[in-house]
Amino acid sequence: MAQATAHHDEHEPTTTGLNHRKMLMWAFLGSDCMFFGSLIATYLVYKNRSIAGPLPVDVFDIPVTTVSTFVLLMSSMSMVLAYAALTRNSMKAFRIWLASTCMLGATFIAFQVYEFYTFVNYEHKVYCAEVGDISELSPVKQQLAMKCGTEAEHNGVVEEVVGLTPKTNLFGSTFYTLTGFHGAHVTLGIVWLLSLFFLSFKKGMVTPERNLDLDLAALYWHFVDVVWIVIFTVVYLFGVFPGF
Amino acid sequence: MTTLAFPIPRPTHPTGIWNWITTIDHKKIGILYGVTAFILFLTGGIEALLMRIQLAGPEQDIVSAEIFNQLFTMHGTTMIFLAIMPLSAAFFNYVIPLQIGARDVAFPRLNAFSYWTFLAGAIILKISWFTGGATNAGWFGYAPLTSVQQNPGTGIDFWIVSLQVLGIASLAASFNFMVTIINMRAPGMSFMRLPLFTWMTFITNILIVLAFPVITVALIELYFDRAFGMNFFNTARGGDPVLWQHLFWVFGHPEVYILILPAMGIVSEILPTFSKKPLFGYPAIVLAGAIIAFMGWMVWSHHMFTVGLGPIPITVFTITTMAIAVPTGIKVFNWMGTMWGGAMDFKTPMLYAVGFVAMFTIGGISGVMHSMASSDAQQQDTYFIVAHIHYVLFGGAIFAIFAGIFYWFPKITGRMYKEVSGKISFWIVFAGFNIAFFPQHFLGLDGMPRRIYTYDASMGWNLWNGVSTFGAVVLAVGILIMMHNLAMSWRKGEPADGDPWDGRTLEWSIPSPPPEYNFEEIPTVYDRDDWWARKRREVRRAVPVAGGSGDDEGHGIHLPQPSYWPLVVAIGILIGGFGLVYPVGYYAISIVGVLIGMIGVYSWSFEPVNDPEEGEEQAAH
Repeated sequence: MAQATAHHDEHEPTTTGLNHRKMLMWAFLGSDCMFFGSLIATYLVYKNRSIAGPLPVDVFDIPVTTVSTFVLLMSSMSMVLAYAALTRNSMKAFRIWLASTCMLGATFIAFQVYEFYTFVNYEHKVYCAEVGDISELSPVKQQLAMKCGTEAEHNGVVEEVVGLTPKTNLFGSTFYTLTGFHGAHVTLGIVWLLSLFFLSFKKGMVTPERNLDLDLAALYWHFVDVVWIVIFTVVYLFGVFPGF
Repeated sequence: MTTLAFPIPRPTHPTGIWNWITTIDHKKIGILYGVTAFILFLTGGIEALLMRIQLAGPEQDIVSAEIFNQLFTMHGTTMIFLAIMPLSAAFFNYVIPLQIGARDVAFPRLNAFSYWTFLAGAIILKISWFTGGATNAGWFGYAPLTSVQQNPGTGIDFWIVSLQVLGIASLAASFNFMVTIINMRAPGMSFMRLPLFTWMTFITNILIVLAFPVITVALIELYFDRAFGMNFFNTARGGDPVLWQHLFWVFGHPEVYILILPAMGIVSEILPTFSKKPLFGYPAIVLAGAIIAFMGWMVWSHHMFTVGLGPIPITVFTITTMAIAVPTGIKVFNWMGTMWGGAMDFKTPMLYAVGFVAMFTIGGISGVMHSMASSDAQQQDTYFIVAHIHYVLFGGAIFAIFAGIFYWFPKITGRMYKEVSGKISFWIVFAGFNIAFFPQHFLGLDGMPRRIYTYDASMGWNLWNGVSTFGAVVLAVGILIMMHNLAMSWRKGEPADGDPWDGRTLEWSIPSPPPEYNFEEIPTVYDRDDWWARKRREVRRAVPVAGGSGDDEGHGIHLPQPSYWPLVVAIGILIGGFGLVYPVGYYAISIVGVLIGMIGVYSWSFEPVNDPEEGEEQAAH
């Protein structure tokens, strides 16, 4: 039944010769660009306008996020390999690469969950012996450094749990909304790819002739990866390195 | 071969209510859009009449201040999102495939989904009247009026969710029509041979695709502020209400062109037909439409001149706003050039189209007045703005939509409306409109603020408010006469042939109403006004008589089959939307809605466009 549909779809003549569904996918991605563009614009408008901490310099752990970024970019590569495998009709390689893509995507999501968890439970620490010029510290740490030499200090350390939640400050609201919607996009992509993975065990559902189904999912997947590159640069790198 | 779809048999209702519910025929969906949107237009009109009656004299107490706030907010939201946009969408649906020589749209089931989702959004908005108060923060919902502290009820939540749902419907329809116009044109129908209405629809859809995500984000942020205590528009934590204004108007100004460009397209079809001349300066009108759409992104801050942007932005936005009047002016001159020296035939559609050109020009000129920031500072939030928006959206968009209703009425119903009654209703509507809205210019310049529920007798606003209310009643009478005319004619009007207006575009080359498959043979196009040229180029071919759709064979044409799933997904969205307003039990209602929607989406994906056992494809396998 479904094969008949595919047959029907692919032989339907169009004015431009381009496929309807692929054109719709590109239009959707254009629309999604404006969606993420608006979220990133909101983030940038409110950058450095939080009136309370924690701030990006406090919570971001660039090495960890670099690893998760690498994982997500590798998922794009395995997506390409899955598509190539399907095109040359080697179903085993196709399933391996598609499952790898899903797992890499899930790993990225796991990193994000871990990151959100540590941010929500973020603990500020100031080592009183290492405090030099107090004005170089972030606002939250300045407050803590003031407590050096009082009874709040234990073994030369002042610490306090000041978690970053969406309610805490503007940074929390904009950060969680932007990265949360990106995570939701990745999750939707994983569900989509898993659907194709399980369908591929049904005869005739995922075939080289019907590789458009995978092509559309791949377009979406690559787009979501590209958005992450922008987020990683604009939110994480610009948030931590001075001069931005 | 196994089927993975949810095990419900495919709908096969040839007639009756289930046929309408499961239909994916673009013509039937167009009629559903049109009738639903017209009913919603009437509800918005009733809201307006209540306001006008309250304001007819000073210090009246017919509705309370609280109700008045809800009335003007719901009136604006209804007319823009539930009346003008879907009435335009009704014409997109009905006319676009016919004008480009296609049998349906590119994604027929997505088209049904757009309609049902639009209906879900309308239900969510309108039901808020009965659930403890509708939204009351104005149709552009400025922060912090919408914050949970200022506005603790559910009215704002219903408004947010409704606009999100309507956004899904508009986006789905726009993807669909973009692909349809690019990819389903008949052979020979190059872009510069597209009928003007199709062109303006195409440009409008690009605007919708790019503008709606911005309002989606703004509404998400507002919802997060209200539901989860986030800080986007919370000044106590550094949030900036002006960000809402920017996000809203970055969407809101392209939205203005989303409302008016289809109207310009309709008028550009009607003026040449009833002037018996080709459209004057076709490439200029197309290019002007594209420039308007492009420049529409550069003028949004002219809605915010009084917010304190500083001299440089105000200067820039003044200049871009003045500049956008140039392509609009090009169009007006081209319409005049089209009529100039033509054999003008003032049928009802033509009257409305000429009325559009005149009224829209008045509204456009008061728009140029606002483009000067110093002048705008005097007019901001006065009735002058109310007069302006009604000249462009009622005298503009609605006049063009009425023109389109009369113009395509014979094509859609296969019957003629009553011409005399149509002309009478035009003149009553035209007079009522001007009596209602022209005095509002004077009221505004005299300092009467918009959105006040009453005023002191000593302000000197009594006369023109009374005149304005009288005009609104006249306008309502005109619309009632028009509705009577259309309803009676639909049931028992004179049968219309396929081409009652000596039309120019392909929809007039087929019978009225068109058969389910539209074109027996997909036409080949050789000219810009192909049907007009074909009638003159060769011996006039017999136009097939009306009602030719009795042929059940469908000439072996394979049409997409009806489906339940678009409706199921829309119901899931409706339930999910209510769950967002009433987040009981960790959004339990929304989760139910999402599950229903997912069942719909998966079943939809696995349901073939056509069941092969019913078509000739079976032979191929």
